[in-house]
Amino acid sequence: MSKKLIELNHISKSFDNTLVLDELDLYIRENEFVTLLGPSGCGKTTLLRIIGGFEKPDIGSVFFDGMDITMLPPNHRQVNTVFQKYALFTHMTIAENIAFGLRIKKKSDAYIKDKIKYALDLVNLPGFENRMPDSLSGGQQQRIAIARAIVNEPKVLLLDEPLGALDLKLRQEMQYELIRLKNELGITFIYVTHDQEEALTMSDTIVVMNQGYIQQIGTPECIYNEPENAFVADFIGESNIIDGVMLEDRLVEIGGQKFACVDTGFEKNEPVDVVIRPEDVELGEPEGGQTEGTVTSIIFKGVHWEIQVESIIGITFMAQTTQHFPVGKRVGISIIPDNFQIMHKPQSEDEEKLIEE
Amino acid sequence: MIGKTLRKIYIGLVILFMYAPIIVLIVLSFNNSRSRVVWGGFTLKWYSALFSSSSYMNAFYTTIILAVLSAGIATVIGLAAALGITAMRKRNIQIMLFFTNIPLVNADIVTGIALMLWFVRFLPLGFMSVLVAHVTFNMPYVILCILPRLDAMDMHQFEAARDLGAGIRYAFWKVMLPDLMPGIFSGFFMAATMSLDDFVITYFTKGPGVNTLSTKIYTEIRKGIKPEMYALSSILFLLVLIILILINVTGNNASRSINKTIEEK
Repeated sequence: MSKKLIELNHISKSFDNTLVLDELDLYIRENEFVTLLGPSGCGKTTLLRIIGGFEKPDIGSVFFDGMDITMLPPNHRQVNTVFQKYALFTHMTIAENIAFGLRIKKKSDAYIKDKIKYALDLVNLPGFENRMPDSLSGGQQQRIAIARAIVNEPKVLLLDEPLGALDLKLRQEMQYELIRLKNELGITFIYVTHDQEEALTMSDTIVVMNQGYIQQIGTPECIYNEPENAFVADFIGESNIIDGVMLEDRLVEIGGQKFACVDTGFEKNEPVDVVIRPEDVELGEPEGGQTEGTVTSIIFKGVHWEIQVESIIGITFMAQTTQHFPVGKRVGISIIPDNFQIMHKPQSEDEEKLIEE
Repeated sequence: MIGKTLRKIYIGLVILFMYAPIIVLIVLSFNNSRSRVVWGGFTLKWYSALFSSSSYMNAFYTTIILAVLSAGIATVIGLAAALGITAMRKRNIQIMLFFTNIPLVNADIVTGIALMLWFVRFLPLGFMSVLVAHVTFNMPYVILCILPRLDAMDMHQFEAARDLGAGIRYAFWKVMLPDLMPGIFSGFFMAATMSLDDFVITYFTKGPGVNTLSTKIYTEIRKGIKPEMYALSSILFLLVLIILILINVTGNNASRSINKTIEEK
């Protein structure tokens, strides 16, 4: 494993008496693509701005490569930022924009010229040197913002929802572009987004945040398949989250019916949250399932149908399937043991609130 | 058809009433006869009399120097004020703007007398006192010209400059100031016109030896109306007209770029 490049220790930050980050600990390894994922107001952008040097934490410290940089102003940090609204200098040409950081570092004209050409090639916009920023499309401006940041050869690139203002098609293109850039440059990317699909596509590691707390850290597969709590399960993809009781190891009761699962280590008769992904809810003939129900709605989603099924055990399941079931049809519902994800109920009221919000 | 003609006649009448007196004044300044009703032929003698009189020329220079200096100082202080106001919380911005706007609407004579009372105690009446007075009433105009420009500005540009290695001062000079320039220019010219225009406040705050064009005209008129005054008034009008055109040129640029940023948002 590569070494820890950035370490955040016990970071707390509040604005106007509202706590935005609460005693947060996080480290980021060299050469990692880390995504801070969460709903708006979860503190992810504040965390990024603390790493960039635009905000100072109230408590806690930021270490970079073993050095305490908590109080270091942004212009002395070896990180560069790509801002959400690009923030190109409107009165300068593209070349002047890209050269801005290099001129401050007093690089030679020849070096700067080379770098500009290299950066424009890298972001697939060669020949744009003398254009003005407002003559470029949103996607092109975003590429220039990336070029302007990377010519400074930062060890870490911070990206604050950089694709938020682009349309869907362009966003998907840029996702591939970013992955390619990261591999070519071999530097650490810290990426902030509220778009779970973006996070799953690009990241090595996802940090799910809510209400100033880290909810879960893990690889995209791990976050999707093994959510640690109901918030993560709900935020990453769609889920059925159902109240259940853990009767014994590998046996859970939902709506009075027993289901086999693979989870162990719970108290006997402990109340739990049961998470089932909609694509894991299998529908078939009424008599063939573990329980049965009636289709109450069906929506076409392109690749699959999204179906609501009112089951006889009093629970409404959401299912995703490529098969069509008309409204009112009786269907059998089966879920294999592997696809039950059992989670402890939140302990305190605080935690409860956390999940509701 | 008739409606269209009527509309044109109406607008023509309005403009005639607004500008006829000034046109008459300018025409009279070239009139060879001293009469106000008889055209005695074209002459420039009133102008030459003006330019050869040292007291008139002094008033002219004082006016120009006063306009440039007071507008310059007001622009620097106004820019700093605008930057400070933008950084305030919303409620404080309202309160602050309320205070800075009072001098705009306050009756000139009240401002003039108040400043005079103040200066009599602390500052000898003379050029300095007039300068301070002009800076005082010029500043709100500068603030009003720069604020919208600041509001429309993307503060992330400043952060981006810092992120790329710029110190606070470098980022301000290289990134923020160029963006604010149109607002700063129109603020400066607006302030200069206000300074040129002013009679009442200048009259109350000037010392005995100091005269601007407007106070000079006033003192001379009291002795009797001389054709030189037509020439002097015409010059003052021309000065203000030139600056107004300048404001329009820079101001248009400012409003154009403001509109653009709004569209983008």
